[in-house]
Amino acid sequence: MLTCKQFLEELNDYLDPSIDPETKRHLEAHVCECPNCFVIVDTTQKTLKVFRGMDPQPIPEDLKNRLWSALERKMAAKKGVA
Amino acid sequence: MASPGNNASGFDEQELVTRAQAGDNSAFTALVQRYQNRIYRLAKNITQNKEDAEDVLQEAFLKAYSHLDTFQRNAKFYTWIVRIAVNEALMKLRKRKTDRTVPLDEPVDTGEETVNREIAVWEDNPEQRYSRDEMQQILDEAVQDLKPDFRAVFLLRDIEELSTEETAEALGVSVPAVKSRLLRARLALREKLTRKFKRKGEDVFAHL
Repeated sequence: MLTCKQFLEELNDYLDPSIDPETKRHLEAHVCECPNCFVIVDTTQKTLKVFRGMDPQPIPEDLKNRLWSALERKMAAKKGVA
Repeated sequence: MASPGNNASGFDEQELVTRAQAGDNSAFTALVQRYQNRIYRLAKNITQNKEDAEDVLQEAFLKAYSHLDTFQRNAKFYTWIVRIAVNEALMKLRKRKTDRTVPLDEPVDTGEETVNREIAVWEDNPEQRYSRDEMQQILDEAVQDLKPDFRAVFLLRDIEELSTEETAEALGVSVPAVKSRLLRARLALREKLTRKFKRKGEDVFAHL
């Protein structure tokens, strides 16, 4: 049986959906027996879920305008060269 | 102000890149429109500074436009623009040279203990208890507290969803370094968010 430290070193693999079934079973054996690691797995998954659930907010209008102006200048300059 | 050409946004990425490389500016601006919000978020998260992030956003897309002919079509445009933006953002960080800045190629201290002091279940659905802005602030603060080299790995892997290899390449570090930093970043964030979201009262271990 793995120690908690050994299990936590493998936590990313455990959370990776492409993990091979045998490694998964090996790691799962620890989670089933260890309430602390069970909670760590659960709260790490929830941590990733809240981060991934946040869509980027639209950039401020004035910044967008500056970006477009800079791009337009660059495009015009390139056209001038061509 | 109207954006310069926005009639190409319905095309897939590869089609847009092909057209942009052939000189179609509206295709390039469609790519900018598609990714500007994510690139700005990434730049803000890495630099932790609004003005720097604005510069990074602009410089990254201008650079991409100038070097479009060097872009290899078998790569993903998004990964490419992320790499350019990350490099720009890291240059800003280095320029500022704050005491907190750690060089990204510094070896990882593998002897470091994984911190797991806060082991408690969360309240149900914290996303619903906080407004979007409050939640954003909580997450931003948690990310800000990470060391820059951990922060960059977490942002690229878990937020921008680059692969381990792409992240390693973008940051100029090894694959094992990415894996190790990602683990520590995730655990550090888990720790911080647990302090915020843990179930209060006596039922902390009620699920057991």
